[in-house]
Amino acid sequence: MRRLAALLLCALPLAGLAAGGYVRLPGGAFRSALKYEDQKTVRVAPFELMDAPVTNAQFLAFVQANPRWRRGNAPTVFAEARYLQHWAGPRTLGPDALPRQPVVNVSWFAADAYCKAQGARLPDWNEWEYAAAADELRKDARKDPVWRERILAWYSRPSTSALPRVGLQAANAYGVRDIHGLVWEWTEDYSALLVDADNRKQGDADKARFCGAGALSMDDRENYAVLMRVAMLSSLQGADVTPNMGFRCARDAR
Amino acid sequence: MKPAMRILAASLAIAAALSACGGDDRAPATDARPAASDDTGGSAKGDFGPPQGQPVEAVLTSPPNVPPPTGRTAPAKVIVSLNVVEKEMPISEGVTYTFWTFGGTVPGSFIRVRQGDTVEFHLRNMPDSKMPHNIDLHGVTGPGGGAASSFTAPGHVSRFRFKALNDGLYVYHCATAPVGMHVANGMYGLILVEPPEGMPKVDREYYVMQGDFYTTGKYREKGHQGFDMEKAIDEHPTYVLFNGMEGALTGDKALTAKTGEHVRLYVGNGGPNLVSSFHVIGEIFDKVWYEGGTRYQENVQTTLIPSGGAAMMEFHMEVPGSYVLVDHSIFRAFNKGALAILKADGPEDKTIYSGKEVDAVYLGDQAAGTNRAPVAVAAAAHKAGTLTREDQIAAGKVLFAGTCSTCHQPDGKGMAGVFPPLAGSDFIKANPKRVPEIILHGLVGPVKVNGKDYNSNMPPMSQLTDDEVANIATYVLNSWGNPGGQVSREDAAKARANKPANASEGH
Repeated sequence: MRRLAALLLCALPLAGLAAGGYVRLPGGAFRSALKYEDQKTVRVAPFELMDAPVTNAQFLAFVQANPRWRRGNAPTVFAEARYLQHWAGPRTLGPDALPRQPVVNVSWFAADAYCKAQGARLPDWNEWEYAAAADELRKDARKDPVWRERILAWYSRPSTSALPRVGLQAANAYGVRDIHGLVWEWTEDYSALLVDADNRKQGDADKARFCGAGALSMDDRENYAVLMRVAMLSSLQGADVTPNMGFRCARDAR
Repeated sequence: MKPAMRILAASLAIAAALSACGGDDRAPATDARPAASDDTGGSAKGDFGPPQGQPVEAVLTSPPNVPPPTGRTAPAKVIVSLNVVEKEMPISEGVTYTFWTFGGTVPGSFIRVRQGDTVEFHLRNMPDSKMPHNIDLHGVTGPGGGAASSFTAPGHVSRFRFKALNDGLYVYHCATAPVGMHVANGMYGLILVEPPEGMPKVDREYYVMQGDFYTTGKYREKGHQGFDMEKAIDEHPTYVLFNGMEGALTGDKALTAKTGEHVRLYVGNGGPNLVSSFHVIGEIFDKVWYEGGTRYQENVQTTLIPSGGAAMMEFHMEVPGSYVLVDHSIFRAFNKGALAILKADGPEDKTIYSGKEVDAVYLGDQAAGTNRAPVAVAAAAHKAGTLTREDQIAAGKVLFAGTCSTCHQPDGKGMAGVFPPLAGSDFIKANPKRVPEIILHGLVGPVKVNGKDYNSNMPPMSQLTDDEVANIATYVLNSWGNPGGQVSREDAAKARANKPANASEGH
């Protein structure tokens, strides 16, 4: 454990330098907080994940290169009217969108296009949950009540104040930063999180609506952080944006 | 049947007949309800047809206010627009908490409609909300009570419709995962579905709702406090509150009424966990529409309001003063904040309540069962001329327990503001000779002890012998950090002869 900590300490400055860089996650069998009817654990293939959420500066570079994703150009079926509303202009960040703040008010379609433009993709839910289970030292800290408390602290603050810049928090055991406590993040398969809009019916979901394996329910009902992520993602459509929904990209391990 | 029994039975029948005739203003008949044996027909009889006339915008009120009666006689289409607002607000003095609210207040806005109305509900989630939210109204007939139909992302609005088929007082709350957390953060309120004939007229209506809160810090720990999931799951609340904040309904914000008025409370319990034993100290509920339903019980002291339930209660104000609303699971009232005040103004009516007429010391039977052996030992030692200070202290301790501890308390600390402390007393230290004098002559009028003002009447304890006074005084002087010393029988005799100016005349 101590060696791991020492290794991390060495790795931290490097990770800090490589903002926008990818870190490699080994993957493996992972027990999701969601309950799958057909399997106890999910298999996560080795993958790489951006070490921080995409920033305004990075997204600005993307819209410079891809005019059809500029505010005003993007069709409303892919990005609603409030897309990038906090930017001063279609190609100007302005005072409410500092370069190193995470980009928000981006739709799923825009996030998906950004990642594809980088030769990457959005992480799927299992990858995101797997990366988010770690704290600074442990790859699975989910049973630690203190850690849970820390995550919930973010939810107990209103989101009316300005977002901090990315990279302020220490990296987790995989070298991933800001996966908690900064912004919500799109996942590639967010719309497949087939949670009944009234998720109190756990296990007695509307089978007619969710054919196949039926709706997801929770295996770990104390994992409020995951519950809230799922609730948030399931409330949105692909063209929706919110002032605290951002994203990061992933790619298959090389 | 024996003749005597027959007479008794006959007089009972007369009494019953009399109350039936004389009780018009209390009988349910005035409510235009079916007789008690009939039922209302419930939801099957609650559809009065399609809405008539122009749609009506519902009047929503913030607690503790209640919207005016609908005054309608036909079913209407009622539009309810409710905003979901996440905001930081005080939960206690110097303590803030991030509440999730319906309408910007905890509890949320009060909604008032009439049975048979068609309600078009618009749930608007503010764009700067962090969370998606929805609403489950217990007054809705349909799966989820509207929850699935109203699931709303930040910056979105949802619309659904329902017909209010059952009359009564209903809780509404958010039902988004994690449900308990949304409720614990304040997402609940009340909707009143008036019966077709409306509620009986009263002079004042108020809206009060209890909730339990779980903060990371302790009760009254200053600063911003987050939600504590572990405490919530363990059902160990930090705060139990009326209307979302300690002091929401006290001081300048107390509910008000006048004597001679009929007051109705609409009281809900949002939970998420606790059941409320709702009580108003000093009042008896003339009527309680228990569980917020159709019928009422009369003459009730305390009514149980389940989590996710409500009740209406009415009382007539006779006596002016402050009435304290509490959850009579009483530690919640005095240690977790479940306390509100209803202040009634008006002329006193001493025939109903006199106020305090007598405040006398009651000595009991001189500490029955106390081992009085040390007193006998001291008496014998005195006779033998071998009396020591220790003998006197031991004897004085027993006598103190029987005579003085009722007011000054066994530990000599007294009662703040009422009975001055003897323990570590600067008043004694300034003049230890006072002790036997005060015992024998009492003390009347203002004194300052350890920085606190007292203004009571200690009666003279002249029933004590000089020996007893000497022993008690010696015990007091040698206890609880007092300066020490010894009072002899002769000192006591001298004190008895020497009556100071502020002696009590007794009662």
